[in-house]
Amino acid sequence: MATRPLGVEVPGVAMALRRPGPWTTLVRFCRKKPLGAIGGAIMVFMVVTGVFANQLATHDPIATDATQSLARPGPEHWLGSDHLGRDIYSRIVHGARVSLIVGIASTLLGSVLGGLIGLLSGYTGGRTDLITQRVMDILQGLPLLVLALVMSASLGPSIPNVVVAISIPIIPRAARVIRSSVLSIREMQYVEAARAVGLRHLRIAFRHVLPNTVGPFIVLCTAQLGSAILVEAALSFLGLGVPEPYPSWGRMLSVSAAEYAQKAPWLVLFPGLAISLAVFGSNLLGDALRDTLDPRLRGA
Amino acid sequence: MKTYIAQRLGVGALTLFGMSIVIFGMLRLAPGDIVDILFATGGYVNPSERAAIEKELGLDRPVTVQYVEWVRQILTGDLGKSYRYDLPAWEIIRPLIPVTLELAALSLIVSVLLGVPLGVISAVRQDTTLDYALRVFSLAGLSMPSFWLGMVIILGLVAWFGWIPPVTYVAPSENLPLHLVQFALPALAVGYRSSALIMRITRSSLLEVMREDYIRTARAKGQSGRVVIWRHALQNAILPVVTVIGIEFAFLIGGLVVTETVFNLPGVARFLVEAILWRDYPIVQNLVMFIAIVVILSNLFVDMLYGFLDPRVRYGH
Repeated sequence: MATRPLGVEVPGVAMALRRPGPWTTLVRFCRKKPLGAIGGAIMVFMVVTGVFANQLATHDPIATDATQSLARPGPEHWLGSDHLGRDIYSRIVHGARVSLIVGIASTLLGSVLGGLIGLLSGYTGGRTDLITQRVMDILQGLPLLVLALVMSASLGPSIPNVVVAISIPIIPRAARVIRSSVLSIREMQYVEAARAVGLRHLRIAFRHVLPNTVGPFIVLCTAQLGSAILVEAALSFLGLGVPEPYPSWGRMLSVSAAEYAQKAPWLVLFPGLAISLAVFGSNLLGDALRDTLDPRLRGA
Repeated sequence: MKTYIAQRLGVGALTLFGMSIVIFGMLRLAPGDIVDILFATGGYVNPSERAAIEKELGLDRPVTVQYVEWVRQILTGDLGKSYRYDLPAWEIIRPLIPVTLELAALSLIVSVLLGVPLGVISAVRQDTTLDYALRVFSLAGLSMPSFWLGMVIILGLVAWFGWIPPVTYVAPSENLPLHLVQFALPALAVGYRSSALIMRITRSSLLEVMREDYIRTARAKGQSGRVVIWRHALQNAILPVVTVIGIEFAFLIGGLVVTETVFNLPGVARFLVEAILWRDYPIVQNLVMFIAIVVILSNLFVDMLYGFLDPRVRYGH
């Protein structure tokens, strides 16, 4: 499940351009957007790490070992161990799985829900559109983290609940992006033609308008993925995100890490680097995809 | 202008009304009620004790009545009573507000001082190595959790200078230089992150303006490059930047939630986290509403600012 959305991204570029084969397109993308290619490579690396976490880990990520408490990075523990003697490297590798699953699932959930709302609101227009937009304004009025914080506190800590909590603030952002592209697609001649032929509205909306929002949708997802990972890290850091025993990057940084930070800086350094690298990768890729797929923003 | 302000205040009030429903609804999404959660750790609960608390919190009444009662309370400026501290919430929150405002203001200053000049340099040197380096620098800021950056700054200070920043809050009246240093660290961590967006918008908006004819005219009549950029171009490119600074303010508050916790600063944001962890729901509800009001007022303020920055923007038409 963790590989799918990323597997789609690169062929997504191919789909939008259609003519050259996917391989040519990929090479061309890498040459034109070297930073984006680096971002893509980072994301592929992260996903591979998450998928093969069991094979890559050297220790059981949740096994404690009092004799190995706060071990320095070395041959036994590559990135050191925490106060309970758990191997940091293995926890980061497994954390990639948890953080990416939560990040990708919440991004997809929020973007799909928001996208549907944006599609219906933009296609219907009129009063429905107006009211929907005001509701989205309301949801967007609260700082993203505050909204996710309250949601996850109210739902209680579990992985599905965290996914829902993070996806809620994404909904209005997705709805706005998809709505604006639906508004222009709606006026296209082929949509008018479909209407003239007598197709039902739902069919036009889903068969003729929706597929043309794929470009902005992919851009939206990559852009939101970074912030979803960051929100997950912040929630878990505060103890309101991914619960024990799952190793999550954010929770590795929480109170216990701060307490031992002076003695064992590796507790703080490495999980934070993992978060930053994942978000950096998705931001780089998102920027490059936006330039490539969203002509309105080209050159910006 | 006056009618415009009135209109915007009206829309703001409607948005706040909607938000109150969202916030109220969100906190009631959880299966079971607040009392269940309060007692979840306590094991067996005496039913009469339970009923007494439900009555005290007003949970025995219908949801609509609870909602109306809450709105009435907020409108009269009563923020309710903290369940944990057994004090009126306002008395707890009031001393925390200056801390958060100061931190937010400092972070905003850092982000503007960092974001605008870097954006200008990046635009002027478009597509050079420097431009790429600056863009990667800003993207890196956007990618790091500010709370982690804060922790790393503290670790760095300890490792290189052997100096540990104060772990408890230092009031300005107590020791002003130390107070400023204490606030500068989280402001740097949060401001660096926020500067990324400001830098990007400055860059792209300036690039757009620099293609305009009047820039070429200014150059042609022999004005030095620096004057053209800082006087002619930036002045016209600044409007989108101001919008982003306004949006950034809402982000900042989100960032402060974690940063205040990391730096152990007694601000509103840290108190919100504490209230959530303590399941002090009446306080959470009111604090989130309070944040919503601050965000809406700051958005309104930014809109007002347009009129002063750009004479072409006229209100009330």
